Amino acid sequence: MSTTPVMPKRLTDVGPPHYEKYLHPMCKANYGKWKYHESVAPGVLCHVAESGDKLYTVRVGTPRLLSIQTIRQFASLADKYTGGYLRFTSRNNLEFLLTDPANIAPLTAEVNQLGFPVGGTKNSISNIVHTQGWIHCHSAATDASGIVKAVMDPLYERFTHQDLPGKLRIALACCENMCGAVHCSDIAILGIHRTPPHIQKDTLAKQCEIPTLIASCPTGAIRAVPGGNKEVEVIDEQCMYCGNCYTVCPAMTMNDPENDGLSIWVGGKVSNARTSPAFSKLAIPFLPNNPPRWPEVVEAVIKIVDVYAANARKYERVGEWIERVGWPRFFQLTGFEFTRHHIDDFKHAGLTFARSTHIRY
Amino acid sequence: MAESNNGNGKHETKLLNELEKGPWPSFVKEIKSASTGNDACDDLLGQLELSYEERKGHWKHGGIVGVLGYGGGVIGRYSDVPEQFPKIAHFHTMRVNHPAGWFYTSDALRTVCDIWERHGSGLTNMHGSTGDMILLGTTTEHLEPTFQELTHAGFDLGGSGSAVRTPSCCVGMARCEWACFDAMKICYDLTEHYQDELHRPAFPYKFKFKFSACPNDCVASIARADMSVIGTWKDDIQVDEAEVANYAAVGFDIQKDVCEHCPTKAISWDGKKLDIINAECVHCMHCINVMPKALRPGKERGAVILIGAKAPIMQGALLSSVLVPFVPADELFETIKELVGRIWDFWDEYGTNRERVGEMIQRVGLPAFLDGIGLDPAPEMVSAPRDNPFIFFQTTKAGEK
Repeated sequence: MSTTPVMPKRLTDVGPPHYEKYLHPMCKANYGKWKYHESVAPGVLCHVAESGDKLYTVRVGTPRLLSIQTIRQFASLADKYTGGYLRFTSRNNLEFLLTDPANIAPLTAEVNQLGFPVGGTKNSISNIVHTQGWIHCHSAATDASGIVKAVMDPLYERFTHQDLPGKLRIALACCENMCGAVHCSDIAILGIHRTPPHIQKDTLAKQCEIPTLIASCPTGAIRAVPGGNKEVEVIDEQCMYCGNCYTVCPAMTMNDPENDGLSIWVGGKVSNARTSPAFSKLAIPFLPNNPPRWPEVVEAVIKIVDVYAANARKYERVGEWIERVGWPRFFQLTGFEFTRHHIDDFKHAGLTFARSTHIRY
Repeated sequence: MAESNNGNGKHETKLLNELEKGPWPSFVKEIKSASTGNDACDDLLGQLELSYEERKGHWKHGGIVGVLGYGGGVIGRYSDVPEQFPKIAHFHTMRVNHPAGWFYTSDALRTVCDIWERHGSGLTNMHGSTGDMILLGTTTEHLEPTFQELTHAGFDLGGSGSAVRTPSCCVGMARCEWACFDAMKICYDLTEHYQDELHRPAFPYKFKFKFSACPNDCVASIARADMSVIGTWKDDIQVDEAEVANYAAVGFDIQKDVCEHCPTKAISWDGKKLDIINAECVHCMHCINVMPKALRPGKERGAVILIGAKAPIMQGALLSSVLVPFVPADELFETIKELVGRIWDFWDEYGTNRERVGEMIQRVGLPAFLDGIGLDPAPEMVSAPRDNPFIFFQTTKAGEK
């Protein structure tokens, strides 16, 4: 490490670098003039321009959390094989952009040598988008990176192969704040609390603005103690453990190792292909928080993937498959228990009640 | 950052070592690799191991730190066990606004790595959920120097708090044949246009823009952006008949794999010719996705503007819904600016603390919101007209007597 070089003038509000600075020359030359693309192999795409130019993409799975040492290794590989051009995807994959197909095999070999897989294209399980977890977040009900690693290890070949019926997208958020917005994923893993906040009476008055705290509760479960001196109480049965109060007031702590855990959601999507974008629905309301390898969560995700792979038709996403066979069949095939927690009792709950006699026997 | 280098193994990490095993790349290996040059990473491993043992996080709640003149871009982070892990007593995150489409050169990446080696832990997220490059972990006194080095290298901080969050977009025209508008250009231009709103939080809550250049929505715009801009086209799907014949000739089952999946049954195949009733096409992309050589979006391209998506906090998750059914590509930038100005005025006036635009619309009603921003109602905005008879006839439009 060294000291900061002397800066001539303070700069602010410059905004991000202009993307043209970093665009591959072939992307620049064929900007807006691409014709079609095809899959060359799992993790390898070929985009063909109207000009006849061909650009090859080699997609690499990463853990999202990268050291500068690893990024520099990727940069060196880019120098060696792609003229220095690379990009990242919206799912934390890295993409090398190549013009010479002869470089695909040696690049892939070097990437694998470094410990990174090539894949994530077409009907594969692409990388899991996820949140910070215990690495760096104050409100995490569970870790994020650790569960992702534990789940992706046994699903490694689903990343490097593209033989599922359709695309399968997994996401993980470590609390209901959902900075990783997992609510529209084929499979979502969501950290949850199951107990009301613990009020830290000694710090509440110092740290929090009481009216803001009371207003933060979506169900009106927080109220001032009458005649109290900046004190609040929580109506336990009205609390849904969302943690919004904690976000506005640090004295409303949510951590509860014995009761925090994971829930599993299925059948969401964001693409408009065939069916409309959809929310993920509850599959399992609670699994224990069990580091370092979260066996219960891993088992549940693999179960869903396997049952989907064995039963869905070509192109069907998880939600489309369940829509066709019905939720009773989903619970039957996965062996997951259907409980009272699966029936919505929040806003607009009635919309999810079965309002017909269309029942599969 | 401290200059000493104690190497690996300062804290025992029995549980975390389990996550170095197995084929998927390991974040634990990444932290250990960074720890060879930086002993904050050793303490990070130690604290994380403690979290794994106790099954709870050890970060304190926020803290107001930042760089001069900005109200966001830095997430303050403090350990709640600083005596045990003094090197991460402060461990702040810096969000760095990524280039549109996440394109980099090796030199650009090395520039950021060098800055982060001088000033931080050497750990990053490529990238954060909203799209920013995340620089994980530094101390308060390094924030301003890091920021100055970044801006002189052509980078800037991203958004945080109740502000415009870093806009993001798909790869668009740079490498995709389906791009119906120039997502990277609009993303860049709007990010520059809203620099003040991005760096200086002044809203009821966060506001996110995401630009997907076709209905496949590769950046999950409809699920994650307060304003979702999703490319589409108005005229006929372009058909290359010779390529259609080629698909059929190699045994691709057009009837089963294309026609039977069309949501409105607008496409049919008689064994020789593909017939599309374009007026009934909902532009879902399935046929184009599976026959990319034969079918392409039409030529009259533009985007749908949708409003209001968000994650569950506070009143439940929302998907964005249609606000403007079609804007031609060349009018998109001006239309978005005009519309956003009106939406923010209304939201400033009527939004409550920590209320996203989508939740405000749920509370005041879409008709009142449309009145407020001066848009006429259109049938494309709803999946169906109302089915309850309780109509508020007495409601006057904003401005009417």
